[in-house]
Amino acid sequence: MADTVVRTRKQPPARSTPKGVGRLPRAAVHHPWWFALPAVVVFAGFFLLPNLLNFYYPFTNWSSYHADIAFTGLDNFRTIADDGSLLRAIRTTLLYALLAALFQNGFGLVLALLLEDDSRFNRFFRAVFFLPVLISALATGYVFRALLDQDGAVNSVLGTDIPWLGSTTWTLVVVTLIHGWKWMGLAMLIYLAGLKGIPGDMLEAARMDGAGPWRTFWSVRWPMLAPAVTFNVTTALIGSMNTFDIVQATTAGGPAASTEVFNIYMFRIFGQGLYAQASAMSLILFLVVVAVAIPLVVGLRRREQTL
Amino acid sequence: MTATWRYGRPALVVLLAALAVGVPLWLVAVTSAKPQAEAIKPNLDLPRHWQPGGNYADAVSQGEMLRGFLNSLLVVVPSVILVLILGAGAAWVFARRKSKLVSAAYALCISGLLLPPAVITIVMELRQLGLANTRPGMIAVYTGMYLSTSIFFMTGFIRAIPLELEEAARIDGASPQRIFWRIVLPLLRPVIATATIMVMLYAWSDIFYAFFVLGGGERATLPLNLYQVASAQLYLNNWHLVFAYVVVMSLPMVAVFLVGQRKIVSGITSGAVK
Repeated sequence: MADTVVRTRKQPPARSTPKGVGRLPRAAVHHPWWFALPAVVVFAGFFLLPNLLNFYYPFTNWSSYHADIAFTGLDNFRTIADDGSLLRAIRTTLLYALLAALFQNGFGLVLALLLEDDSRFNRFFRAVFFLPVLISALATGYVFRALLDQDGAVNSVLGTDIPWLGSTTWTLVVVTLIHGWKWMGLAMLIYLAGLKGIPGDMLEAARMDGAGPWRTFWSVRWPMLAPAVTFNVTTALIGSMNTFDIVQATTAGGPAASTEVFNIYMFRIFGQGLYAQASAMSLILFLVVVAVAIPLVVGLRRREQTL
Repeated sequence: MTATWRYGRPALVVLLAALAVGVPLWLVAVTSAKPQAEAIKPNLDLPRHWQPGGNYADAVSQGEMLRGFLNSLLVVVPSVILVLILGAGAAWVFARRKSKLVSAAYALCISGLLLPPAVITIVMELRQLGLANTRPGMIAVYTGMYLSTSIFFMTGFIRAIPLELEEAARIDGASPQRIFWRIVLPLLRPVIATATIMVMLYAWSDIFYAFFVLGGGERATLPLNLYQVASAQLYLNNWHLVFAYVVVMSLPMVAVFLVGQRKIVSGITSGAVK
């Protein structure tokens, strides 16, 4: 996605159309705007508008306890800052995104390298590793809760009594591992596509020059994978900041709020009827995503060009 | 290629698949066939007493599975169709026309790939429009949310289609509508498959937005029902029902994937990574 955003900006200026009377520019005749209009209207109405409204409602007292909505300034932000949930949510969400992106991409890349050649064996196992993508995140969460509960399957197999989902330090890591597990198949597919795009004679040339598998990987394939890395890291990092289902199903934000990411907080507070406060958190999430996404996209894009 | 790699790789692949994917799926399968007493502590043992039929029947009756299934279909199918048709129309214009305004509209329309939907204020807006707790409201929200994905994939794809194909039809006197329906849409088939799967996958699994827009009750979708069943689990210890539900909920997606498998891969290849 990153590359297209930048690429469109660099396109040459529009073909000069004769500014004559009575003649529409060719593009308007052949590719009329109204083909794009319904999509633009729906997107603007149900995606952009709510995000704009989200710059207003956090500054009100909107809740299920008042009939009317009044402007209250920064009260909501003060509340979530004072009770510690603001900084905790930011920290937890960023850590979650970082670890989830790391695991998802690590697993995906290893799988892609293992299953690179187009054999029947590999095609079968690609489908097997893609299965978790098809299972809903909520269901994934329940599966792993059954596996990792103190009474669960893993402890019974290992003969241990480890509270996998009960540690205020390590549970976040466990949950991000589950997130990585669920999405590794998609990362694998995109890395496979990237690997397929590497010209064969380039690898041939590296081999002729006496490069071993490691050398070939670091000097030829890894740099050539840059667009796939850009796509995967961006979607994983940004996507996992919007996480909800896996966390809700495994820990519901616990223990002691140690896995309470933004969306879990919003879900909980909205359920209590404190809409404006939830909306304040939603605005913070928006700002955090923007703050992460812009440098990330620009940076990865630049990296692609220098490699 | 060394011999260890030659034999080690397949062995490693099988081992990884068995541990990482086989074990969780096995747990789901055996637990969904156990009676409640055996399923209280989920483990990997085979059921001593098999009762898959009873569990699935219970999941259907207690979990309102049929209603959930219908509710899911009623919001997911229209959303997917709208996302595809509206997305294709927009992508066609965005890919073919070149001006600052088009670039700006395109950038705005794919901003949804990065920006999080403002779920709380969506509720406020839907209430004012009278669409809160309704299927049309849910469809509008899903369509708005996933249009970015389809526009992004399709625009990249159309840019790679030679313009000459359209020009030839134009010379034969075809109108833009005709060119769009008869030439552009059929050519988009691989990327339509990809977008269908991606959007179906997201919308079929979604619980977060469904919770805010639909809530529980009459119009609850399958994931919302699963959440209800699993929340009751705290008091009822019904892992056997939870996993029967998980199986039934996952099967349609697996089926869709198996049908469209080959196209998905080619669609991702051409749309996302160039």
